[in-house]
Amino acid sequence: MMDGRFKKFIENFGWPRIIIAAFLMCLFAATPLVGVRLDTSISDTLVRVGMNGVLVLAMVPMVQSGCGLNFGLPLGIISGLLGATTSIQIATSADAAAKSGAAQGLWAALSSALQTGSRSALLFAVAIVIAVPCAAIAGFVYAQILNRVKGEEMMIATYVGFSSVAVMCMAWLLLPFSSAVMVWGYGGSGLRTTISTNGFWWHVLSDFQSITIGKFYFPTGMFLFFMFMVFLLWAFFRTKTGTAITAVGSNPEFARASGIDVDRMRTISVMLSTILGAIGILVYEQSFGFIQLYMGPLYMAFPAVAAILLGGASVNKATMVNVVVGTFLFQGILTMTPSVINNLLKSDMSEVIRIIVSNGMILYALTRKTQVKR
Amino acid sequence: MPDMEPLLRVEAVGKEFFGNRVLEEVNFSLAPGEVLGLVGENGAGKSTLMNILFGMPVIQQTGGYEGKILVGGKEARFQSPFDAIDAGIGMVHQEFSLLPGFTVTENILLNRESTRYNFLVEVFGERISTLDRRAMRKRADDAISMLGFSIDPDTVASEMPVGHKQFTEIAREIDRKNTKILILDEPTAVLTESEAEILIQSLRNLAGRGISLIFISHRLQEVMDLCDKIVVLRDGRVVKEAKPAGTTVFQVASWMVGRNVETRGESRRQRAETEAALEVERLWVDMPGETVRNVSFSVQKGEIFGIGGLAGQGKLGIANGIMGLYQAGGNVSVTGAKLALNAPDVSLSRNMAFVSEDRRGVGLLLDEPIDWNIAFTAMQVQDKFVKKLLGGLIKWRDDAAMRDTALDYIERLEIRCTGPKQRAVELSGGNQQKVCLAKAFVVAPEILFVSEPTRGIDVGAKKLVLDTIQRVNEEFGTTIIITSSELEELRSVCDRIAIVDNGRISGIRPAGCPAEEFGVLMMGESPVAVSDTVGGNE
Repeated sequence: MMDGRFKKFIENFGWPRIIIAAFLMCLFAATPLVGVRLDTSISDTLVRVGMNGVLVLAMVPMVQSGCGLNFGLPLGIISGLLGATTSIQIATSADAAAKSGAAQGLWAALSSALQTGSRSALLFAVAIVIAVPCAAIAGFVYAQILNRVKGEEMMIATYVGFSSVAVMCMAWLLLPFSSAVMVWGYGGSGLRTTISTNGFWWHVLSDFQSITIGKFYFPTGMFLFFMFMVFLLWAFFRTKTGTAITAVGSNPEFARASGIDVDRMRTISVMLSTILGAIGILVYEQSFGFIQLYMGPLYMAFPAVAAILLGGASVNKATMVNVVVGTFLFQGILTMTPSVINNLLKSDMSEVIRIIVSNGMILYALTRKTQVKR
Repeated sequence: MPDMEPLLRVEAVGKEFFGNRVLEEVNFSLAPGEVLGLVGENGAGKSTLMNILFGMPVIQQTGGYEGKILVGGKEARFQSPFDAIDAGIGMVHQEFSLLPGFTVTENILLNRESTRYNFLVEVFGERISTLDRRAMRKRADDAISMLGFSIDPDTVASEMPVGHKQFTEIAREIDRKNTKILILDEPTAVLTESEAEILIQSLRNLAGRGISLIFISHRLQEVMDLCDKIVVLRDGRVVKEAKPAGTTVFQVASWMVGRNVETRGESRRQRAETEAALEVERLWVDMPGETVRNVSFSVQKGEIFGIGGLAGQGKLGIANGIMGLYQAGGNVSVTGAKLALNAPDVSLSRNMAFVSEDRRGVGLLLDEPIDWNIAFTAMQVQDKFVKKLLGGLIKWRDDAAMRDTALDYIERLEIRCTGPKQRAVELSGGNQQKVCLAKAFVVAPEILFVSEPTRGIDVGAKKLVLDTIQRVNEEFGTTIIITSSELEELRSVCDRIAIVDNGRISGIRPAGCPAEEFGVLMMGESPVAVSDTVGGNE
C-alpha cells in the first residue's frame, strides 16, 4: 500500500532527520522574506557540503570496524597539511629552478610541467601523493594505540587528535620549509598560521566543469570527487576485506572464531579513516583557499562526527547514505541559520550564532550516539 | 470458579508486534496460593505474555495489547512495572538484576530500606534518613528463611554462586509485603540439579503461604512436580490446560510441539574401524571456568563423538582449544597431520568447523542479516561467495550467492524468519541455533565441533537440531564432536561418549552403556575404581 510504503520510508529515514530536513526547508523558504538570496544560499550550502563531505566519509571505516567515531581526525588532517605544504614548497622551488634554468633531469621535467595549464591539477596530485603515505604511517601508529584500548577508543582517539595537533605546532615552526609564501615574513623561518592556496591549487576541483548561473555556483568537480570517494569506499565495503571489517565491528568474537585477525582489520580501518581525513582536508582547502596550520585542525573532528550522527549512523554502523544525508543536513543548518537570523535581527551576530548552532548540533548528535537505528 | 473470584484472571489477551501475531485469545486464571506452570516452545509467546502481565514498557511502545487482565476482580492496565508491583505482582527475571558490589541485604531491600530519623531529615527530607542496618538484616533474613534456605545476609552479590543469586532475587520480591503473585521466568535454568530441588521446595513453601506463582520453565519434570496447573502455549494460543496428576511429561511435550516426540532407538549402528580423524594428546586449554588440564582421545572418521560432564569441569574447553579460541597446548593431529594450535584461521583451514556454546557472544553477528551470518565464515576462510574481479585483485562479495544459500538453509533447517535479510538478533533461540549450524555446514567441514547444541532452545527445535547433525553425519560422513551437559541427548546421538571431570577425561564409553556408568564417571570417581567396578573398555 502507498500508506505502508510511506510509513516504511519514514521509519528507515528516521524522525530526527525528517524534522531537521523540514527545518532546513523552512530556512530556505524564509530566505526571500528576510532579504537573503535563495540562489546564493543554496550555492553556499552545496559548496560547504562538498568541502566537508570527504572529512565526514573519514568516519565510516572506523565506525564499521568497531573503533567508534574517529575523534582522531586531526591526525589525518595533519597528514593532509603536510602534503599541502610540501606541494607548495615543491612548487616554489620548481618555479625558482625554472626561472634560473638550473633544473636537471626529473626536476626539470617537473618544473616545466608546472608552467603549463595542468599546474594546479599536478600540484594537487603531488599534495595527495605526499599526504596519503604520511596518513598511512600515522594511521598505522594510531591503530596500534587504539588496539590496546579496546572499548575506550573514542576517548583515547580524542586525545590522540589533540596531542598530535600540539606536537605539530612545534613541527610547523621547525620543519625546514623555505617558500616565501609560507614562512613568516619577519623571521624567515617557520610556517605562517594561514597559507593561501591561490596560485597553486586553489579551486582545482571546485572549478572543474563548474556551473555558474547568475549568483548560483555549483562546484561540479568537487562533487564528482566526493562521489568518487563515496563510491570507492562503498566498493571497498563490498569486498571480502570490507565484509570482514564490518563483521569485526559487529562482533569481534565472531570474527575471531571465523579466523579473522581482528587487530589487523582494525588497523586497516584506522589507516583508511586517516587517509580519508588527509584527502578530505585537501578537498576542503582547495575550495576554502587557505591552509590553516597550528591550532586549525584541533576541533575539525567534531563537525564531522556530528554530521555522520545526524545522518543516522550509530557508533558501530554507518552507511554512505548516512554520510551524504548527514553532511547535507548539518552543513545546511550551519550555513542557513546564521544568515537568516542575522538578517532578521539586523545585526552582525553570524559568528556567535554559528558557534551556538554548530555546537548545539554536535551536542544533540552526541546525545543520539548510543541510539542504534533499527 | 463461581464460588471464589480468582486472584488473577487473563481474558482473551492478544498481542501483535508489527503485524506479527504472537498472542491470541489467551485465557487462564490463578487462584490464591496456586502454582501455575506455563510451558511452551521458544517463540510460543510466554515472554510476551509475562511482559504484558508485568506492564513492561515495550508492550505500550508497540501498541498495547488486546483483552483484559483482572487482578482481584478489577481490571488492571499496567502502564509500567511500578503499577504491576503496586498491584502485588513480582517478577524474577532470567538475567540477574543484582548490584554486584552490594550485600544480600542491600540487594533485597534496595530502595525499601528500613530507616531511622536523623536531624538532616528536617532539611533535606526523607531520602537522607539513616539506614537501620539491624532491622534491614532481620528483614532480609526473614525473606530468605521464608524460602527455606539460608544465605549470609552480608555476602556480597558478586561473590555468590548463581544459585544463591537466584534465591536473593526471589527474596527481594517476597520482601515486598503486598506481593501476591510472583512470576518466575526460568528460575532453574542456571541452577544445578540440587539447587533446583531446593528452589522448588522453597517455592512450594511460598505457595503454602498463599502467594500465587507463575512458573515458566523448559524443564518439564520440574513443572510437573511443582505446579497445580499447567498451561501449554503454542504459537500464541493456549492449546491445553491440564492438571499434573494423570499427565505425563511426554504428553506435555507433545502438546508443546503439536506433534509426537519420537524417542530414538537406543542402539546406534555398529561402525567398522576406520582411520582416525582427530587425535588429541595431552591437550590443555586455558579457558576461564572450563579449564582443560590433560586430555587425550582419538575420534574416528565418520564418528559422532560425545563429550559430557558437569559444568565447569572443562568439557567446553576442549572444542574451544582445538579451534584456537583460547590459549592451548599439547598435540592435536587432524587426519594424521599435526595442527598448529592458538590460531583460529589454521583450525578452520584444516576443514574443521565449530558451533560455539556461546551463541550470542561468539556464534552470531547479531546486528547483521541471516545471510551474512551463514556465509561469513565460508567467505573468509574458503573464498566462497566471492567473485574475483581484475584477475583476483579485488575479491567482490557475491550477495546473490549468499542470498540463495541462506534461502536454501532457511528451507532445509526450517528457520522461522521473514527472509534472509532479517537480522539474527530478532530470531528466537532455536532459530538462531539453526543459523549457527547452517554457518558450520556451509564450510562443508570434515570435522564439526558442536557445543551445547540444544541449550536454551525448545523441544521441537531440539529435535530438529539433533536430527540435522545426524543427517549431516550420515550423508557426508562428517566427523562430529558434540559437547553437551545433557547426557541423554549425547546418548541418543553419539557413538562414544567421553566424560570430562576436573579437566581430565575420566572415561570413554560406548553410548549404549547404562546411564549409571556415566553418572559414576561424572562424579569424579577415581579412574582406577571405575575400571575395577565396570571394567575399563578404553
